[in-house]
Amino acid sequence: MLENYLPILIFIGIGLVVGGGMIAAGFLLGPHKPDSEKLTSYECGFDAFEDARMKFDVRYYLVAILFIIFDLEIAFLFPWAVVLRDIGMFGFLAMVMFLGILVIGFIYEWKKGALQWE
Amino acid sequence: MFEIVENFLLGLGLWPWLATLVVTLLQIMLVMVPLLLSVAYLTYAERKVIGFMQIRIGPNRVGFFGKPLWGLGQPIADAVKLMFKEIIIPGGADKFLFLIAPVLSMAPALAAWAVVPFGSEMVLADIDASLLYVLAITSIGVYGVIIAGWASNSKYAFLGAMRSAAQIVSYEIAMGFALVGVLMAAGSINIGDIVRGQGGAYGLLNWYFIPLFPLFIIYFISGVAETNRAPFDVAEGESEIVAGFHVEYSGMTFAVFFLAEYANMILISMLAALMFLGGWLSPLPASWIPELALFDLALGDGIHWLLAKTALFLFFFLWFRATFPRYRYDQIMRLGWKVFIPITIVWLLVVGLFIMGGLAPWFDAA
Repeated sequence: MLENYLPILIFIGIGLVVGGGMIAAGFLLGPHKPDSEKLTSYECGFDAFEDARMKFDVRYYLVAILFIIFDLEIAFLFPWAVVLRDIGMFGFLAMVMFLGILVIGFIYEWKKGALQWE
Repeated sequence: MFEIVENFLLGLGLWPWLATLVVTLLQIMLVMVPLLLSVAYLTYAERKVIGFMQIRIGPNRVGFFGKPLWGLGQPIADAVKLMFKEIIIPGGADKFLFLIAPVLSMAPALAAWAVVPFGSEMVLADIDASLLYVLAITSIGVYGVIIAGWASNSKYAFLGAMRSAAQIVSYEIAMGFALVGVLMAAGSINIGDIVRGQGGAYGLLNWYFIPLFPLFIIYFISGVAETNRAPFDVAEGESEIVAGFHVEYSGMTFAVFFLAEYANMILISMLAALMFLGGWLSPLPASWIPELALFDLALGDGIHWLLAKTALFLFFFLWFRATFPRYRYDQIMRLGWKVFIPITIVWLLVVGLFIMGGLAPWFDAA
């Protein structure tokens, strides 16, 4: 069983090698003529006047938190979905109740405006 | 076929682990080389298709052997050109992260193919949790985007990366719920079993796209949003933030991002074909035209059907880009959170009821 995963491991390794190898090829084959103007970050013609790692909108953070909740939800639904036929009506109703609780939270978020982008 | 190669290598006196490694590498090459060629020619197809849709010709100069040949040499010429371009690392950038980001988006886009079945026996790694693996490994791609935006130390790259990351994770939820629907219908996480679950006496009427129709549509639209393709390409909206997260990337580093995006498009298309359109199964029931079924068998497991279905979805990707204007960012987030997630949750309950009721012809067996 576990040996089925070996090709995957090798494939990930090959993927890393191919990606890294292409970039290495670009370094080997391309020219290198850096100058101070070329190395400034792109800024529509004028010099960058402050660090680009600035403050960003808190809503991105909120999206990330909501994502974690819902993604856990999906990870939780996966095994349930696979055995749904075996656990029958009881398992189905249990999940309906669970999803119902999740939906209440979802409605709360919605009403609070957490999903609102202007 | 691969047993013959392995036995031959063992016969040469190779260590068993080395023979296994060589055979595995051979199989990986058999997946990866056609994949990279498809990626190259998908860029060509994109330019041609959009060209024709806009009543232009598209690339038609670079050919082979001194003949134009409708511009078929264009992707090769592009690749060679990018290879000889200078790679510029901006002065303020974090060098290590800047170079690791394209690799981090490329490796998962390739590694996901390890579990994709091309026929009932044609799969590199036949693991039971293959769909879970695909979901997990494609999620890593978002790290490439966000690290690229952070490492570049450019405002446009940073904004593009933030938008892109938020968009990808938002649509991943809708996509995950759509996948749960498929798992409920098939009762398995193995992609091969999901396809086999769609076989039956009625041909294409047995496929899951009928009972799971809303999930099918949502899966594909989410796939378009996941890959940051038009009309969801605000991450690289050239009219406002130039090129988004890869604005500072040039030469091969840019090419690697580009390859990853197109490899992901092909992956999404093939997964949609496998999960909703019956994968390698023929759309016509075998009893209708027995000659056609024999023909399919002669060609192998029906891989031509799988490739045709994949090509159909890829054409949709290109068609969308030629047709739809770019969505506004708030519209994208609204569609993902306020439209897709409620629809998928409701439809999961409907699918559950279908299964409880044993709706024929999809859910009556077992």
